Amino acid sequence: MRQTCNSDGGVGSTENVQVRGITLLPIFVDTPIAAPNPETKLLADFKKDTYLSKVYLAGREYLNEEGQTSVSPLIGKIMQQIGTDPTLCPEYPSYFGLPEFTRRATELVLGRDCHAIVENRVLGVQTVGSTGAVRLGAELLKHWYNVSGVWCGPVYLSSPCDDSLAGIFEAAGIQDVRRYRYWDTEQRGVCVQKMMEDLEMAPEQSVIVLSASAHCPTGSDLSQKHWRLLTQLMVRCMFFPFFLLPAQGLCHGDFEQDAWPVRLCASLGMELLCAQSFSHSFGLYGERVGHLLCVLKQSSTLLAVQSQAEKQVRALWSRPSVGGARVVATVLCNPAHHVEWQEGVKSMVERGILVRERLREKLRLLGCPGSWDHLIQQGGLYCCTGLNVQQVEFLEKRRHIYLHPNGCLNLK
Amino acid sequence: MSLFGEVPQATPVAVFKLSNDFKEDANPKKVNLGVGAYRTDEGQPWVLPVVKKVEKIIVADNSLNHEYLAILGLPEFRSSASKIALGEDSPAIQENRVGAVQCLGGTGALKMGAEFLRRWYNGNDNTKTPVYVSAPTWENHNAVFSNAGFEDIRPYKYWDAEKRGLDLDGFLGDLESAPKHSIFVLHACAHNPTGTDPTHVEWMQVAEVMKRRKLFVFFDSAYQGFASGCLDKDAWAVRYFVTQGFEMFCAQSFSKNFGLYNERVGNLTIVARDSDNLKRVLSQMEKIVRVTWSNPPSQGARLVAITLNTPELFAEWKDNVKTMADRVLLMRASLQAKLQALETPGTWDHITQQIGMFSFTGLNPKQVEYMIKERSIYLMASGRINMCGLTTKNIDYVAESIHETVVNVQ
Repeated sequence: MRQTCNSDGGVGSTENVQVRGITLLPIFVDTPIAAPNPETKLLADFKKDTYLSKVYLAGREYLNEEGQTSVSPLIGKIMQQIGTDPTLCPEYPSYFGLPEFTRRATELVLGRDCHAIVENRVLGVQTVGSTGAVRLGAELLKHWYNVSGVWCGPVYLSSPCDDSLAGIFEAAGIQDVRRYRYWDTEQRGVCVQKMMEDLEMAPEQSVIVLSASAHCPTGSDLSQKHWRLLTQLMVRCMFFPFFLLPAQGLCHGDFEQDAWPVRLCASLGMELLCAQSFSHSFGLYGERVGHLLCVLKQSSTLLAVQSQAEKQVRALWSRPSVGGARVVATVLCNPAHHVEWQEGVKSMVERGILVRERLREKLRLLGCPGSWDHLIQQGGLYCCTGLNVQQVEFLEKRRHIYLHPNGCLNLK
Repeated sequence: MSLFGEVPQATPVAVFKLSNDFKEDANPKKVNLGVGAYRTDEGQPWVLPVVKKVEKIIVADNSLNHEYLAILGLPEFRSSASKIALGEDSPAIQENRVGAVQCLGGTGALKMGAEFLRRWYNGNDNTKTPVYVSAPTWENHNAVFSNAGFEDIRPYKYWDAEKRGLDLDGFLGDLESAPKHSIFVLHACAHNPTGTDPTHVEWMQVAEVMKRRKLFVFFDSAYQGFASGCLDKDAWAVRYFVTQGFEMFCAQSFSKNFGLYNERVGNLTIVARDSDNLKRVLSQMEKIVRVTWSNPPSQGARLVAITLNTPELFAEWKDNVKTMADRVLLMRASLQAKLQALETPGTWDHITQQIGMFSFTGLNPKQVEYMIKERSIYLMASGRINMCGLTTKNIDYVAESIHETVVNVQ
């Protein structure tokens, strides 16, 4: 016999409910419904849209010509081999993940002969995607950065940035999250001057989250000249750089170039964190292959930081899942595979550039007002059109084309 | 000047130091009874035959893609995993008030549950709600809850070292005196590390106090199927609590019963009051997942889902699980028999009374040290052994060693 229960969100209701004669204890009555994820809502609207030629441009994945995620034949073959390998052991991996993976992931970013690697002051941790890497980095900073005081930020994020970033730092207990200006809607590019102005005002030892390449969601990156200026500023103000490298290789088709800002900071002897993802470059989204790189100033601090990182990992997810990391390690450890994979990445980049050029050309041919050069100046998966909120809404409602509200879209 | 310059070294996890010492020991007779995973009679890890089969199915299936899973995970995994814990015909499932979050192993499930409770239970962001974990318990329980922000983590009496069994009076006493709304982490079966579970009657007594004092039920279920060899038997406590009307969490791990240690397959089952409550809880869980790992890994969950949802494979899996559980039961019986035959001082019934992978032998720290140093038999300082470390080849040596230790070291 069921009594009707309070279903208005139930704040303050502690009424017991009877179901089949058993009294149900009300515990979660006060839990409010969370605001829906804007991305989820957008996707839901798209799915409900019955217009035949609708297009969804707000996704987070690389899609092929058929509009699907795919893995290259090489990856497919390696997954088969791994799947049928009788010698592979199902045991718990280390808290840091597969060592052959972390070693190669580290070398990919820093370059094999980086001083920091040679001097043994680098820590690499396999994480659950780049979200896991950012979360672990945030926890490390929160718990152990500058131990003499209780450090709680500030952390600076670009405006705009990936919409989950602020939440990750907050979840790690860092409440003081601020923005630096990055995308200039008028110029349709990075407003370097405003960015530097904002950072000049930041307190010493602030953590600055920077996109090494293929900035999400704008696709606009700093030039090398600007990176040099920025790093000078960071050294002067004792800032701590936390790099995001979600798609190394997929911005310029060149792995060194895409990681250049990280290598610059490492070469200047800076301490830094770098959150890497292998989702896009391997097409392994569901496998959650991420990596957190930590470069320290002194090798004497490595063991201690490593032990603390282990502690944080244990309380987050204990150990990462190995499947995807194993595939990546297999490719990166084998010179022939490595080359084949890099070629594959390059052709993805070429396709992206082609799309950008075609889009710009079509807009020009249509006589579309404004300049559209920024489309080909940006790199990577994302593209910031510069369309404003009303224009984005128009596209969605009248033309059934779905973009992020900030005007950014997924080129694929 | 390094910004990490003042970071102190964290204390190492005991069981890993043990593994390292074992690796470096040159004694050919050495035995590792500290490992936390299943081993065959040859002392090897075991890939379940059904797992091999399903892996081949997955590899051959071209329709499977590598896209991101939904934030809460693979739906067919979540629902079938919850059914395993609660039973297919669970009234709570039929009433649409059961939901789940796919997580990174049992640890991930505990983590998600802890993060939710800190934010939304007993007020908002109430970090002062006491969290009770058994004395002793799995050493990571403390860290997971404290890292989620809980400030007050306390032990509840559980193991009685004298009688080598459950301290029921102490347990019930702590339940009675705990502040209302305290969170209690209960081991669903095969208590880690003692191997000692409450009987049905004892569970009923626990439930009665918890209901009366409005204490929160958080089950940790890492060994379902592994304890008795029967999934339903091992889920008795969880299912009983559901019939008693509790809203509760159950953190499930499929690491041990599927042998999928490295794929991190876990599930947080949520039993809510009604489907509306459930919906709201899950919406908040999504937010928490999004800032921890965004979405969970796909392979392990896919494998488990295919197995649980395909009748022949499900039957084969249950059989594989029984194989593991039976080997453990055999080792328990053998060890106890050998100790009795040797007339080793003390009683050794607890070895066969305890259940699951672990056994609290009752050896004290001095005796443990002797075992390690003099006999190269590695076990935890608490006296905990992993029955899976025993094989038909080493059991005589182990029994003799225990005998020698108990006789010579007090």
